[in-house]
Amino acid sequence: MAVKSRSLWDKKIFRIALRDAFLKLSPLNQIRNPVMFTVYIASLMTSWLFLRAITGRAEAPPDFILLISLWLWFTLLFANFAEAMAEGRGKAQAQELRKSRHEVTAKKLSKPSRDAKITKVMSEELRIGDFVLVEAGDIIPCDGEIIEGIVSVNESAVTGESAPVIRESGGDRSAVTGGTLVISDWLIMRITADPGHTFLDKMISLVEGAKRQKTPNELALTILLSGLTIVFLLVCSTMVAFSFYSVSANGSGQVISLTVVIALFVCLAPTTIGGLLSAIGIAGMDRMIQANVIAQSGRAVEAAGDIDTLILDKTGTITLGNRQATEFVPAENITVEALADAAQLSSLADETPEGRSIVILAKEKYGLRGRNISSIGATFIPFTAQTRMSGANLPGRQIRKGAAEAIESYINEQGGTFPLYVKSIVDSIASRGGTPLVVAEGNKVLGVICLKDIVKGGIAERFSELRKMGIRTIMVTGDNPKTAAAIAAEARVDDFLANATPENKLVLIRRLQSEGRLVAMTGDGTNDAPALAQADVAVAMNTGTQAAKEAGNLVDLDSNPTKLIEVVEIGKQLLMTRGALTTFSIANDIAKYFAILPAAFASTYPSLNALNIMHLSTERNAILSAVIFNALIIVFLIPLALKGVKYHRVSASKLLRNNVLIYGFGGLVIPFLGIKLIDLVLFSIGLN
Amino acid sequence: MVTFIVSQFKIVVRVVILFSILTGIIYPFVITGIAQLLFPWRSNGSMITHQGKPIGSLLIGQYFTQDKYFWGRPSATSRFPYDSEYSSGSNLALTNPLQIQHVKTQVDHWKASNPEQNGLIPMDLVTASASGLDPEISPAGAYYQVSRIAKARKLSETEVNNLIQRLRKKRTFLIFGEPRINVFELNLLLEHLNSKTE
Amino acid sequence: MKALDCVQIIFYLTVVLALVKPLGWYMARVYEGQSCGLDYFLGPLERFIYRCCGVSSTEQMSWKKYLSALLLSNLFGILALYTLQRLQIYLPLNPQSFQNISSNLAFNTAVSFTTNTNWQAYSGESSLSYLTQMLGMTVQNFLSAATGMSLLAALIRGIVRFDTDRLGNFWMDLTRSILYILLPLSIILSIALASQGVIQNFKPYQSASLIDPIVLENKTVTTQKIPMGPVASQVAIKQLGSNGGGYFNVNSAHPFENPTPLSNFLEIIAILLIPASLCYTFGVMVGDKRQGWAILLAMLMLFLPLAGISLYSENQSHAEYTQLGIESSGSLEGKETRIGISNSAFWSAATTATSNGSVNSMHDSFTPLGTFVPILLMHFGEVIFGGVGSGLYGMLMMIIIAVFVAGLLVGRTPEYLGKKIEPYEMKMATVAVLVMPLTVLISTAVSVIYSEGVHAVGNPGAHGFSEILYAWSSMGNNNGSSMAGLNANNPFYTTMGGIIMLIGRYWIAIPALAIAGSLVKKKKIPTSAGTLLTHTPLFMFLLVSVMFILGALSFFPALALGPIVEQLNLWGFHGR
Repeated sequence: MAVKSRSLWDKKIFRIALRDAFLKLSPLNQIRNPVMFTVYIASLMTSWLFLRAITGRAEAPPDFILLISLWLWFTLLFANFAEAMAEGRGKAQAQELRKSRHEVTAKKLSKPSRDAKITKVMSEELRIGDFVLVEAGDIIPCDGEIIEGIVSVNESAVTGESAPVIRESGGDRSAVTGGTLVISDWLIMRITADPGHTFLDKMISLVEGAKRQKTPNELALTILLSGLTIVFLLVCSTMVAFSFYSVSANGSGQVISLTVVIALFVCLAPTTIGGLLSAIGIAGMDRMIQANVIAQSGRAVEAAGDIDTLILDKTGTITLGNRQATEFVPAENITVEALADAAQLSSLADETPEGRSIVILAKEKYGLRGRNISSIGATFIPFTAQTRMSGANLPGRQIRKGAAEAIESYINEQGGTFPLYVKSIVDSIASRGGTPLVVAEGNKVLGVICLKDIVKGGIAERFSELRKMGIRTIMVTGDNPKTAAAIAAEARVDDFLANATPENKLVLIRRLQSEGRLVAMTGDGTNDAPALAQADVAVAMNTGTQAAKEAGNLVDLDSNPTKLIEVVEIGKQLLMTRGALTTFSIANDIAKYFAILPAAFASTYPSLNALNIMHLSTERNAILSAVIFNALIIVFLIPLALKGVKYHRVSASKLLRNNVLIYGFGGLVIPFLGIKLIDLVLFSIGLN
Repeated sequence: MVTFIVSQFKIVVRVVILFSILTGIIYPFVITGIAQLLFPWRSNGSMITHQGKPIGSLLIGQYFTQDKYFWGRPSATSRFPYDSEYSSGSNLALTNPLQIQHVKTQVDHWKASNPEQNGLIPMDLVTASASGLDPEISPAGAYYQVSRIAKARKLSETEVNNLIQRLRKKRTFLIFGEPRINVFELNLLLEHLNSKTE
Repeated sequence: MKALDCVQIIFYLTVVLALVKPLGWYMARVYEGQSCGLDYFLGPLERFIYRCCGVSSTEQMSWKKYLSALLLSNLFGILALYTLQRLQIYLPLNPQSFQNISSNLAFNTAVSFTTNTNWQAYSGESSLSYLTQMLGMTVQNFLSAATGMSLLAALIRGIVRFDTDRLGNFWMDLTRSILYILLPLSIILSIALASQGVIQNFKPYQSASLIDPIVLENKTVTTQKIPMGPVASQVAIKQLGSNGGGYFNVNSAHPFENPTPLSNFLEIIAILLIPASLCYTFGVMVGDKRQGWAILLAMLMLFLPLAGISLYSENQSHAEYTQLGIESSGSLEGKETRIGISNSAFWSAATTATSNGSVNSMHDSFTPLGTFVPILLMHFGEVIFGGVGSGLYGMLMMIIIAVFVAGLLVGRTPEYLGKKIEPYEMKMATVAVLVMPLTVLISTAVSVIYSEGVHAVGNPGAHGFSEILYAWSSMGNNNGSSMAGLNANNPFYTTMGGIIMLIGRYWIAIPALAIAGSLVKKKKIPTSAGTLLTHTPLFMFLLVSVMFILGALSFFPALALGPIVEQLNLWGFHGR
């Protein structure tokens, strides 16, 4: 899926949303949102009142009823439009996904072997457990697992990344996704998903929001909003009785008209949040997709905002992928240059990242240029599991490098002795979290190369920001505790798990959860699957195995382990947007009361005009302004609903203060200004 | 759950009976015992007797109408003013025309009965109390009536003033409540004063 | 308003706040089952009660069991009180031979006292026997107060405990509330009140020969019949247990219920004492005293300004009076001389902030703003102090909603004191919070269009509307005070009132207990920097806003047509 950042007001989406806004007026669609359904009823009622009015049974001036009725319909349309916009963005993405889900012909094998009988079938007919052969140039027909072969695959259809990736049988890169293209070589795969249930299908339905279920928080909010709606419904309907009493007790004025009661109700009911609620939810999922993360459910997105413990793999997430040489420490009576020279010679042909980093260090620090290994007559001795050393043989020189124990036994074999001084260097490097690599020539130890894990730039700062948000980070590594502790200190994680195995990873998560913590982790291997399944939020790498992907509730298409942090923020943003608009919506009510109440009861109690603190021009205009404001504010807040409230990495208290200030006080003040402004416009165009 | 509720039935009956005895019988009787022991006069209603017969309670106001007595506040009790079997206020609102009318009647009445007074009438003299049994008036309300009483009783105004001076109560501990004076007590002393001078 | 009035009010508050800590701590010990100093004397009695009643002191109840025990005891209480009123003529201690109470009124009163409302459509001194007052009213004053406190204790345990479903034993909570808290305090207070002149005896009503007989049109009244009875013991618990049901018709305005400024002081303190102290108890029990102080401060944030408005308004002089030549600084209509204006105004705020409902002045004769304050205070749902126990558990419902909104605002599933607030809790809290506006609005609306409802009104215009609104706000919130000009002793008000009081009590109590039952099963989430702090001024502000929006905002139209417009008219606003 080629994820472009879509402009908020994409023309095509806009047009479709406009059309959908009207289509969504069907009662079947409206009844799903209790708050807006009451507005729907209100709109129908005012329309009916208008029809009565023009047939001569007017309870209020017909043009007034018409205007109120129209603006109530607009309120509904605006809310529908917001939802349609949010869905439209998802649909556009789904459209692109669908393109890659064409029907292909698959080469079905009778048994998992290259020379088995091939039957050509349509991909639709494949079922779980079938074996399929895919060759270079073929599109992978369905999700599955490689049983045999190694291929390079273009997965841009799913990830948007066109650089080919390697997939091979066994290990952690055995999963292939239907709809992706095999560029080279061949594979035999076992189908793991029935058609219609593939990863791509899931993505499409998620993006379209077709299977969107209400998340727990959304449900709780809906309950609160419904409760408020019921109360305001009663507040307004009892007003008729109150007005009736007041008119007879005071002996003047008329009982408040039904139109005004309905207008007040729609203004008081939390229509702003009610109208935008589903748009916010859809937009939240959409933001995950923009970040190239597929959420298996909305619940996962929400849970991401709640997590308070992040479990991160050391390699690739906290440190750059590999160890690098950082220092040469010579043995007694050896110059550092001599050590550097030997180290460089031994590594010239060493293509491992460690080896290359030694050459680079020698060049940068001691000006030793790279030499051509054949021109100096050297032969490279590669690393073997038996010797546990690598090195180079030059005429008259035999240079070896390796772990301290390996070199020690090598030196002993050669009749030399391993100096105590070097041993102490080795120990001190290890205690600082480095990996010591001893260099020897002949039976003499020249010194030690210090290899170190390089902590990613800026990661420590990132963790301290997370701490401010209340999220603890735990580093997981296969290193020994000493090394792990040193790196943990450098990266400033809160805790670490050394000598990690899938089993003790799972134990760690369970322990944290029993303490009441919500744990998030990333993983890619099959052996991560149990831990992923246990974690509250589990981000599976798209490059990972099928098992890992099934166990996770989020899939990161970029396979970027630091994505977890972004995921947390998107989750928080989703909740915050709901909270902000709820606060705003309810705070608005105060201004609306001040606009409508004096107008509604003015005929009975003119003195109530003291409450008309906005000095609205006429009673009609006051009520109309409030209704218009109530409708327009939905439109103005659509961008906020779709983009989400901006999240800052600060403590909860600061965040609360900022948001209460912006959306609470803003919600209190803005309607006063807005209603007054609309009143001025209405007055000046003479609609009174 | 059903068996639980059935089992609770036995408990609830016994709990209610036991606490009825404890808080409904033992507690009030014990308090009565202590109160009768420590404050016998007060716990029996602060009654004033004359020749062995009760003539009123110091805490319950009475309706005085003769010129020779200090008068208390208007009372809104139902059958007649200061009907202590039916304590009640007027419950009239400030915005009720009837209230203004009542107050105006009172003002006229006070002005007519105390022609010597031409100052402002103290508020308490023209408004009905909450209980309808308020035994007290403000010191200002008492002073307002001095000339009338002195005239009716043929006492000097100073004598009556002294009486008020003697009986007026300050705020308790200087901060609680309001300065005030007990009408019944004043009138008892007046009677006593008269019987002494006679 | 005189400077001395301010001194008095500040002194009251200081005394209450000074007592909050010791009493709050003591009550926490009582509910945590720890030794609290009185067990030496009361322990044997407590164990005797358990033995007599068959209460197993080791049994812990789930929320449903706790609830059914609670409901059963209240149901039995209603039946007992109803029966007592219907049979009083046949029972002893009825020296005035008062007749049996009518069925409607008896139902209303029985519900009223068992729900801790103490709305009184009857006049005590002219209808109830001493036995009914003692065995009925006094007993229910204890039981209903203890019920509220027990429920609160269960809810707090729901927050504190985790991974269990046991909330405690209702019978033990009830017994301990009465034995260790209500009874000792009542004994102290009733003796103090008796020293001030509150009567306490079993004599028949005393006839006093008047020295100045009253000459009426058709007869001359020569005697005054002075009521007697065991008053002090009942007044003490009525104030402490936020019951508020007076022995006499005019409640604490009666000289026998509240004879001196000192008794007035003691009773005001008693009104506020337990509801305020329970905040501290809460803090102690949840292991974070700041949480308790925060709630208390949030309450004061609303209470103090509103009490201030009442004091200000009642002390204003009125042109209508000054024109007549009256020395006027505020009206004394419906107020007692010894109590004065400011003490009446402050009491009106205190008695409606708590769900006490006793009065020392007639609220009906207050200025419009002076009636606005008590009505508004009730509209907050009786959670600013509120009833003993019920106020704080009501407040915790508000807090759950405030925490929910705040949680969303910081992007985290809301939690309170380590417990996650999920849809179930929200459903229950929403019911608990929103049922009150529904009952009050509906019953008010029915009353203002139904002839029996309208005819009961005692004052014309907007003030009459306020009377009806006040009545239903009082019954719907289990307060019990009234603007007494409304004649509520008719079948319509007594029957519907009984129903509204039942809904008002149990539709908050049941959801609160359900929430306790749900919270107690949850894990406790450790706090982190991402946790929303619920003891900060900011959260208190948010809580107050939520209370304002859920309570006051729903009643804005009704208040506008009652006290607000009445006050505006009084101020001489005449519109455009």
